Parts: sequence; structure tokens; C-alpha cells
Amino acid sequence: MNNKSFGKKVLGFVQDNTVPLMFIVICAICIPLSGFSASYLINEIVTRMGRNIFLILCLLIPIMAGMGLNFGMTLGAMAGEIALILVSDWQIWGIPGVVLAMILSIPISVLLGYFCGKILNMAKGREMITSYIISYFMNGIYQLIVLYMMGPIIPIKHSSIKLPRGYGVRNTVSLLNMRQCLDNLLAVRVGGVKIPVLTFLIIGVLCIFIIWFRRTKLGQDMRAVGQDMNVARDAGIKVERTRIISMIMSTVLAGFGMVIYLQNMGNIATYSSHSQIGMFCIAALLVGGASVDRASIGNVFLGVILFHTMFIVAPKAGAAITGDSMIGEYFRVFASYGVVTISLIMYETKKRKNKSLVGQQLAQAQKEEEAQNNG
Amino acid sequence: MLSDNTPLLEMRSIKKDFFGNQVLTDINLTLAEGEVLGLCGENGAGKSTLMKILFGMDVIRETGGYEGEILLNGKPVRFATPFDALAAGIGMVHQEFSLIPGFTATENILLNREPKKRNVISEVFGERLDTLDYNEMTGRAEAAIDKMGFKIDKGMRINEMPVGHKQFTEIARELSKDNLKLLILDEPTAVLTEKEADALLSSIRSMSEKGIAVIFITHRLHEILSVCDKVVVMRDGYVVSDVPAAETSVSEISKWMVGRSVENTGSIDIRDTSKSKTMMSIRNLWVDMPGETVRNVTLDIKEGEILGIGGLAGQGKLGIPNGIMGLYEAGGAVELDGKPIPLNSPRKCLDASLAFVSEDRRGVGLLLDETLEWNVAFPAMQVQNKFLKRYLGGLVKWRDEKAIREVTDRYIDELAIKCTGSKQKARELSGGNQQKICLAKAFALEPKFLFVSEPTRGIDIGAKELVLQALKKFNRESGVTVVMISSELEELRQICDRIAIVSGGRIAGIRPASDPSEEFGLLMVSMVK
Repeated sequence: MNNKSFGKKVLGFVQDNTVPLMFIVICAICIPLSGFSASYLINEIVTRMGRNIFLILCLLIPIMAGMGLNFGMTLGAMAGEIALILVSDWQIWGIPGVVLAMILSIPISVLLGYFCGKILNMAKGREMITSYIISYFMNGIYQLIVLYMMGPIIPIKHSSIKLPRGYGVRNTVSLLNMRQCLDNLLAVRVGGVKIPVLTFLIIGVLCIFIIWFRRTKLGQDMRAVGQDMNVARDAGIKVERTRIISMIMSTVLAGFGMVIYLQNMGNIATYSSHSQIGMFCIAALLVGGASVDRASIGNVFLGVILFHTMFIVAPKAGAAITGDSMIGEYFRVFASYGVVTISLIMYETKKRKNKSLVGQQLAQAQKEEEAQNNG
Repeated sequence: MLSDNTPLLEMRSIKKDFFGNQVLTDINLTLAEGEVLGLCGENGAGKSTLMKILFGMDVIRETGGYEGEILLNGKPVRFATPFDALAAGIGMVHQEFSLIPGFTATENILLNREPKKRNVISEVFGERLDTLDYNEMTGRAEAAIDKMGFKIDKGMRINEMPVGHKQFTEIARELSKDNLKLLILDEPTAVLTEKEADALLSSIRSMSEKGIAVIFITHRLHEILSVCDKVVVMRDGYVVSDVPAAETSVSEISKWMVGRSVENTGSIDIRDTSKSKTMMSIRNLWVDMPGETVRNVTLDIKEGEILGIGGLAGQGKLGIPNGIMGLYEAGGAVELDGKPIPLNSPRKCLDASLAFVSEDRRGVGLLLDETLEWNVAFPAMQVQNKFLKRYLGGLVKWRDEKAIREVTDRYIDELAIKCTGSKQKARELSGGNQQKICLAKAFALEPKFLFVSEPTRGIDIGAKELVLQALKKFNRESGVTVVMISSELEELRQICDRIAIVSGGRIAGIRPASDPSEEFGLLMVSMVK
């Protein structure tokens, strides 16, 4: 009996954590195959944690408000990029540049977040696909601004940024002068592993903010709205407004996250940096065991570690197995789309399963009643 | 202190119509402080509408408001929204739960009224960033639960609670409002076990002792007698009686509830089918239809009869056809003419020559943007390959437009469907005529067995008569077995041979349609859960 319930518990745990367990297995197989040294691997992972975690944390707030995985975080990324382009054109480097870029991104993010929230309020229940399409639409506007309006309308002076034709921004904007300035300040080396203490401190502050935020009135309202919009509305909570605020917060945080991400990378791929960022962040969060309606800070950290370990080792491991490094490259793109698909499917099946549970209970009650009548 | 002759609540000649359809006529009610009023009546009697008016629900304003006046403590009030009513001290516990599933009882009791603490950030960004005061919340929730007199675990999450405790959480939420003077309970015992219902009754008594007036709506009449000071019975939008609870009895109330003032005739030509063979046998059926759960139903339907299924709303009568036809998850065994019918598979039912006219005619019943011809012929075409011309040995099938038009025209004629012609779009017809199209569609299938669910819901009296007569004619002339589900007992009595009453998800009894209404009334409330 005891064994049985223990077995059931294990099975339940495996069912609830299929995706993370799958990735642990993949990593466990690929790490030895890749032949990387432990210190290299840890170094890489720590770097990528500093680079990505802030961006992924911004996804938590819309999930709390019941708006699912916010593919619209791309909008915040665009805001961060525009701010960084401007700051680097003004030749403000180092920490002041990073701080100024963050401040500049706020109004753009607020505007975009408000717009996105408004539209998502019209598309309740279809937030994910709608935000995905909005990000494509906004990409068009972003290109219009960066390609045609920067120069004639928004002054761009520096020739290393401007295209030779006189307007528009080059394919790559170098951030060499602010490269890893956050990461290097207060950095500590432990056994050959560089730990970007300041970046982690910023991430820590955001984590504390999120935990604190859950305990505020607004956070409580968001959780209520996320679980049942109608009940929340009946209780007098302004549902639409709350959802818009959650979108704005997420977009602003995504803008900050993008600035941190790009200062680590050291350059902006003007037309493509943001395009995959939403997908990769969401994939990482899901790998960490989050679902469409439930995600925690723990999921973020676990997800980043697992997903990026896979990212680092897959090409080498692929090359070791097949002799072709392209297979690993293929595998990591495949894995990120795959994991999003799997978790969406699992979310649906879980909902169905809960539904058929009621039927099973009814049938069970009936059986018991019959047994009672017969006995 | 108020003088004794000013009642807490007074409703004076309240009238309400929905688009010309009078649902409340001249309602007068008074309620004193601490008094418990039991409100009963059949579905559609107007109880809910009256409470919606009192509570200022949006639907009343959207449908043109109401006439008459409401006095609270002698002052006229007119609530534009439920929030106004709440502010005036009126609380309401609705039939459907209004709780956040992932929140604890405490969080739900104080939803959007949480005590807060200011902090540095909220000084800058506004009070929505105040943190919640969890200690204070626990204290207030505890006080409300104490006031209710039934212990629930304040830290338990709603989705882990038994259903009865959810109901008590809702009541505690209303009690946690300090200014509460009047509490409306809309069928609160429907989901409770016997023990919990008893606890609720005693908590109603203790509320009344504390000076809170209660309006208690229920179908369990003995509860009304045990807890209420007075009983108000409504029927067809009128108050038919308003008496002290001590002076009446269950049988008297149920007579008031169902008795019609108009001609009270049952079916004239009842067919005795007890010797006919069994057309459909249902054994131990359960159906998981939200709000219409069916439990352990066993029923035999005889060939050629019209069987009525009646009962109060939410008791499971709609679940029976929807479950058998495979629209909701079901279990048990169903046989048609000796052959088993697989459940949870609509197509197999249709293949077995079963037809179903759904109560949801706009959602399930009709292709709203298609012509009447299409609507009538589509199922027959899909299921039985009717109205198709075959070429090349059946490889190519073309619609037989002529046959389709003929059959549509025939039904338009027979059922007196008001339309511009067989090419009109179904959306453009009135409700009654849409219902007739649904029937025509089922008739065109030429089924052996027909389920008709709420065929007269939302249509006017003239159309009602035609629909009922068409059904009866279809049954008598082509010998098709018909099962009609309706919340209106009188219309069942008018055309059915036998009537089964569903109560609490089970068959409470089957009687010939000629039995007096009171009998059915008692059955309806017999097993209400």
C-alpha cells in the first residue's frame, strides 16, 4: 500500500515535470559527448544566466494575470534596441549609457505595452497567438523607423551607425564601448569562472520585486483576474485596466532585459536581435517546468540552466555523433519550437483530463450506490 | 432606531417586461429587519428577475429597466449597478459560485476589499501598490466565519474544498461586509448535503437574530417552513400568495406553485402504451453536463408514445438527451429497439435513426447563415445520403436541388413557417419560426425516435401551440416515438402520454399526463439537491 502510493507520487511527479526531466536527460547525454571541460561549461552557463534571466523574468507578470506566454515581449526588446541605438549615437558609453538606455526605453515600452494590452483585451482567450502576430506587425513598424525614419526624422549623426546612403541604421551597431560594463563591474572570479555580481544583483532585485509584488493589492488583483475574469469583475476589480498594466509592466521589464542582454553581447544585430528573443525566452521558461498558467522564479532559473546547457553542448555533441556540426544547430532550433508545442499540448490535455475526472467521479458514485442497494 | 412600522425593504407594484413579454406584474413585498422570507415558485415564475431588479443587475437596465419603486428603510432607491446595492447593505449569494479557484477562503471572503498597508513605493505609485495586511485579513475572515456559525477552513484553497464549503465561503463573504442588512440567498442548499443544509438553516436563524433580513429562495419547501417567517409564492410573474410560514404546508405551497389559473386540462387523447414493446431502454445513465448532471437514470420508453421529461432547472432533465446523443460525456447502457447504442458518439446515434432537436437552437440547431433549404436537408444529406443524385455508380454525388426544394416547401406549408421563401437565410426568421425549422430538419431525417428539448423556449403562445401540435401530429401519424423535455409542466401535460419528473439528477417518478398538476409539483421538489 505504502509502496503503491509512493509509486503514484513518483508517477505524478514525472507527469508534472515531463519537460524539465526530458531536458535533464538530454543534457546528461550530450555533456560527456561534447567533451567540454567543466569550467568552460560553467563559465558559459553563468554568462548566459546573467544575459537572459532578466528578460525571462518579465514573462512572469502576464502569466500571473492569466494572459499566457507573452510573445509580445518582443515589443519591449524593440524599445530597448531603439534606446540603445540612440544612446550609442550620442556616444554615451559605459554604465551611464546603459542606465540612460534603460530610462529612454521606458516611454517607448509603456506606449507599446499599452497598445498591446488594449488589443489583447479585445482578444481574450487568444492572447498568445494575438501577441505573437502583434510582434510581427510591430517588427514592420520597427523596421520602418530604423530603416527610413532614423536619419531624416530622428537625427542620427554617427557614420558608424548610419548606412552609407545617408539614412537608416546599419545591420550591426557596435556596443564595444559598453560591452559587458555591467557584468565586469564588481565581477568576481571563482576558480576560473567569472561571476557578474552586479548583473546578478540586479536580477536579485527584480526577483525580490516580483515576490513583493505578488503581495500587493495590484498583484492580488492580477492573480484574481488571471484565474477568473468574471468573478474578479463582479468583485469590482477593473479587469481590463489590470490586464493592460500587467502588459505594460512586462514590456518595460523586457526593455530593461534587452539592454542587459545586448550590453553582454556587445553589439546589436539591428534587424534580427529581437526576432527570436521571444521564442527563446519562452522556450527556456517552459523547459524550466512552467506552463501557460503557472510559472515561478524557480522555473526561470532551472529553465535558463537547462536550455542553455543544451544550447552550448548540442552542436559539439551533434558533431561528435554525426560528424556534422549543423545537426546540433538544427537540433537547438527544433528543440525550442518543439518544447513550446509540447507544453501547449500538455496544457490542453491536462485541462481535458480534469474535465473527464468529473465523469469518472459520477460513475464511481453510481457504483457505490448500487453496491449499497445490493448489500 | 427605526419606528416599528417602517419595514426594512418595501417593493411596490414592480413591473418588468422583456421586449413586450410581461414577466413581472404588480409585485408587492415587504420585509422587516431580521425577518426571513421564503420565496418559491416554478422556473420562469419571476423569482430571479425580481431579485435581479432588487440587486441592480446590469441585465435589467440593458433590457429597459423596470416600473414601480423600491423603498429601503422608507427611502426610495433605484440601483444602477450591483455595487450600489452592495453599498446600501444588500448582499446576494448567486446560484453559480463567484469564487477565485486558486485563492484561499480568506482571500475570497475579502476579495477586492483586502485591508492594506502603505509603503514607500505605494506613496509614489499610488495605492494599488499597497501591500496586503495578511494578519488583518485572517482576523476579518475569522470574524465573518464566526458570524456565520459554520466552521470552514479559512486557509483552504477553493479548488480543494467540497462544494458545500464553497457555498459557505460565499455566504461568509457577504457577512464580512459590515453594513449588511439584507442577504439574498438564491438556492443556497442546492449543492449542500443534508447536514450542511441543516447548518445553513441554523446560520440563517442566527443571522436573523443579529438583525439581518434574509430572502431565501429554494425548491426544498420543508426548509422554507422550518426557517422562514413568511412565505411568498410566485407564479407566471404574479405573487399568488404571501402568508406567514406557520399557517401553511408543503402540499399547499406546491399547489400554489404549479396550479394554473387558466384552463387546467391535461392531454385529451392519452394513449396507453404499457403493452407496447420497449423502444428505448436506458440503464444506469450518468451524464456530466455542467449544471444538468444526471445520476443513475433507468428508464424505459415505449414504442409510439410521447414521453415528457419535466423538472426544475438544473435538476438534470436536459442532461438526459444531451448525454444519450453524445454531446456531453456519459456512461451507462442505452438500447434502441434491442440494439445497444454507443455513448459519446453523436454520429452513431444519428446512424441508429435517432434525432435530436436541441434546446440550443442558435448554437447547435441551425446553420444560421444558410438558406432554409440547406437547414432542412443538410442532416438528411449528411447522415442518410438523401436528396442526392448518383452518377457513375455513386462515385459522384450531386445535390438533388429539386427534391430539397420540394421537401422544404412541404414543411414550410405544414408547419406554417413565416418566411419569404425556401431560399431565405435562417438567421432572418423569428425565434418561433427558427424552432419550426429545427423540427422540420428532424422530421426530414424520418427518424424512428425523436428527442425534442425545450421546443417552446422563448417563443410566443401562438407559435407554441403550432409547434406542439406539429409534434403530436408527427407522433400520431408516423408512429415515431417522441421524448419531449420541457420546463413547462402544462405543455407536457397537454401533449404527452406519460410524464417523467427528474429531480436531483434522478427520475423521481413517472405518471400518466392526466394526473393532477400537484402530483407533479411534489415530485419536482422531492429529491432536489
